[in-house]
Amino acid sequence: MSLQQEIEFTLNGVPTRVRVPVDMSALDMIRSVVGLTGTKYGCGEGECGACTILLDGVSVNACLLFAVDCDGRSVTTIEGLADDPIGQKLEKAFVEAGAVQCGFCTPGMVMQSRALLAKNPNPTREEIQRGIEGNLCRCTGYVKIVDAVAAAARAKE
Amino acid sequence: MPEVIEKDTLIGKRITKLDAPEKAGGKTRYIHDLNVPGQLYGKILRSSRVHALIKKIDTSKARALPGVHAVITAADVPYQRPIGVAKDHLPLKTDRVRSLRDEIAAVAAETPEIAEAALKLIEVEYEDLPVLTDPREALKPGAPLIHPEPHGADGKPEHLKPGMPVAYAGKPDNIAMTFDYGQGDVAQGERESDVVLEHTFRLHYVTHCCMGVSGIIAEFDPSGNLLMYSNTQVPFLHKREFAEILDMDPARIRIIQPPIGGGFGSKLDIYPFEPITVFLAKATRRPVKLVFTREEEFLASPTRQPVILTLRSGCRKDGTLTFRTVETLHDNGAYTSWGATTPFVMMQTISSLYRVSHCKYHTKAVYTNNPYAGSFRGYGNLQATFAVESHMDMLAEAIGMDPLEFRLKNAQDPGEVTPQGMHFKSCGFKDCLTTAARASDYSAKRRRYQAEQARPGRFKRGIGMASMLHVGGGAKIYPSDGCGTILKMDDFGAVTLLTGASEIGQGSETVLAQLVCEELGVPLSAVRVINNDTEITPWDVGVHASRTTFIAGNSAIGAARKARAKILAAAAGVAQMAPEELDLRAGHIVEARTGKMVMSLPKLLRQLHFNDKAELVMTSFYYEPPSKHQDKQFKGDVSAAYAWATQVVEVEVDTDTGIVRLLKVTGAHDVGRVLNRLGIEGQIEGGIVMGQGYALTEELMVENGVVKNPAFRDYKLVTAPEIPEMEVHFIETMDGEGPQGAKGVGEAPAICIAAATANAICNATGVRIFELPFTPEKVYRALHAARKEAA
Repeated sequence: MSLQQEIEFTLNGVPTRVRVPVDMSALDMIRSVVGLTGTKYGCGEGECGACTILLDGVSVNACLLFAVDCDGRSVTTIEGLADDPIGQKLEKAFVEAGAVQCGFCTPGMVMQSRALLAKNPNPTREEIQRGIEGNLCRCTGYVKIVDAVAAAARAKE
Repeated sequence: MPEVIEKDTLIGKRITKLDAPEKAGGKTRYIHDLNVPGQLYGKILRSSRVHALIKKIDTSKARALPGVHAVITAADVPYQRPIGVAKDHLPLKTDRVRSLRDEIAAVAAETPEIAEAALKLIEVEYEDLPVLTDPREALKPGAPLIHPEPHGADGKPEHLKPGMPVAYAGKPDNIAMTFDYGQGDVAQGERESDVVLEHTFRLHYVTHCCMGVSGIIAEFDPSGNLLMYSNTQVPFLHKREFAEILDMDPARIRIIQPPIGGGFGSKLDIYPFEPITVFLAKATRRPVKLVFTREEEFLASPTRQPVILTLRSGCRKDGTLTFRTVETLHDNGAYTSWGATTPFVMMQTISSLYRVSHCKYHTKAVYTNNPYAGSFRGYGNLQATFAVESHMDMLAEAIGMDPLEFRLKNAQDPGEVTPQGMHFKSCGFKDCLTTAARASDYSAKRRRYQAEQARPGRFKRGIGMASMLHVGGGAKIYPSDGCGTILKMDDFGAVTLLTGASEIGQGSETVLAQLVCEELGVPLSAVRVINNDTEITPWDVGVHASRTTFIAGNSAIGAARKARAKILAAAAGVAQMAPEELDLRAGHIVEARTGKMVMSLPKLLRQLHFNDKAELVMTSFYYEPPSKHQDKQFKGDVSAAYAWATQVVEVEVDTDTGIVRLLKVTGAHDVGRVLNRLGIEGQIEGGIVMGQGYALTEELMVENGVVKNPAFRDYKLVTAPEIPEMEVHFIETMDGEGPQGAKGVGEAPAICIAAATANAICNATGVRIFELPFTPEKVYRALHAARKEAA
């Protein structure tokens, strides 16, 4: 068995303490230790973006992050956007724009879009395309995802 | 509620998907997110050799690892039977491995990590065999044989007797399957030709890359009933196939499909990991979950069928097509899955996209030690269309005719019955051609870009078109192509629709709900669709062949119309009016002529229920399309309707680097009728980008049987900044058999892009490329070779 370590962090606003193997990824911790399954495994090597989370507000691939590196930090997953007005606007816009097909990439797309809107509240279509280029979608051809992010940015609080 | 309710419709509107809110919120539970109490984790040991005899497998160290519950090899499951389209594939290999993905052993353990560690402790001794990875070598005398001896059951010849477990008989050569089709007399066609062209086209390996990797959970209950949580696209066919493989009563097998993270045809066959997981569940008497890694998904999933296709075709000076002869060599890989059968679709494009009197088609699918090919959105049509539509441009050029005019001259019309037996009852092909050409300014741009070819300048623009024909009303590849529906209404006017048709993200449950609303006059929020449990839903042949909207849609309409008739008959009694004088709108019974409200629908349903007659509104319907199973000559009207499309692609070619940028795609699609505008746009945009990947960026590099790029880092999917501008026009031909006039559209949008891109590159540079994908290196080399030749 690999070495274990206890860590404390804020998960979607809730103080959280878990014991994890030191070589465990944040993705595995979120999915199998904490039990939140909205963050998806798509490739395990930072190429697809399905596991995108916010770490102190910055979007990262949870598969490339060690769980122990969450210690003392604030982690937001797709489940945490339920309390976030901009997150809610994004989710609604994804539904209304038809940006969801199989839906497997969607949580990661929404998280990445959330990070984009935090940095750039009024992105152009090109900036949105650039902003989500690390997130792969096999179903939609991206058009409606870009529509959704643009609509969420336009939507009033 | 107002006193008067106007007639309203959801058809053609932008309807959001019923399952989108939970997916957008991360609440949807895919197979990866499900866990069953007591569950163990399965892992598979795959071959480390491309072609070898298995001399010895030692699992003793793996078995001794704490936390390991079972280690199985073929020896532990002597009852296993061959799977796949030709039943040539044992889940766990007995005496030899035929490709690098081959399954040798499997482990069930308490954690995925322990299972992984146990795999490393399994020792396998191999004896290498000569490797065969070039399909052209497969037919030569003395080529290594891939399936020389029988295998299956325990591989002993006595098991080949009737009544004994099924085994694969082996093959004295490497020919897995052949297909021959003919119409007319190609020799006569050639004699009538003013121009004859012959070229060989090479189509590459690509793979589905579903964002959700493959996985399954299998468990037996104490009575021996098998439950599988599975991503299959064909649950009812798999029930029967699993029963055969496992020698079980099919009635004891239940398949539940959690929401599926992408299908695209990848889940139409049974793959070894599925029965292997069942074997592990049987061996351990525990639920076993097996989920692929992304690398495994690349290595051990089926691919699109790679093809070497030689096309010879001719026409007269007046632009009449005279004949086509096609020879294809399909690299089957080590085993036979659906890829080998893509000729079913390819020959339709060859024979019937345009009117050609004389056609001859031949395919050999040969065994090699390469990855094996399966079914993938478009099913051979991307390959056939690439060749046919490249040749259409080349023939037009050879006779000095405008390519659009040439196509229009030979395009099919409504009412046509082709020599292959397809009856185009609705056909918007010519509308597709002219609409896409007009909207993209095709003819003027083509002439301008052609004139600019010779001018100096690094960046060249080009425009190209391609069209396609695909089944749009199901495909009767089995004796039945039907779908069942059960519909029930509760006391409050809510509708539960139980349909056999699977949802794989394409939006079928939303469209089915819309069609039900249209008949029953209830709001969309009143409809629940149940579509994922073989124990509950009625039979359906599966989600493939762009068939679900058409077939399941007609089935849902059938059940809803029966419910409507029952409701209106009951309401007529209450209202003292004839049923035909009434209508259902917005959850109410109204006078059809005036819209005047008579009573609320829930109230009527309760009155029906809580009285002496005590009736419920529950109906069922089974829809079987009026199509024909093809005969042995591959002739017959295989679909109840046919879909058409033309796509025009505009590219920019960097002649210094060979980089091709897709600037714009203008599509015109004969979809019968738009049911859900939001959904159909999404299907088409997604299909265009999948076609873009096939044309430009995606290639599974297989060298000597080894997949060299099993990761998204090296297997290049199209990303958001690279997509072209897309303009899509819908040609609504209102098909008489289609649900509300609609035809299937799922596969269509991916089919034309590679062919249209080839024509656009040629328009930009004057250079024709016959091999996909158009990578910068390939384009650069082609341009360079052309320049050298010119010099």
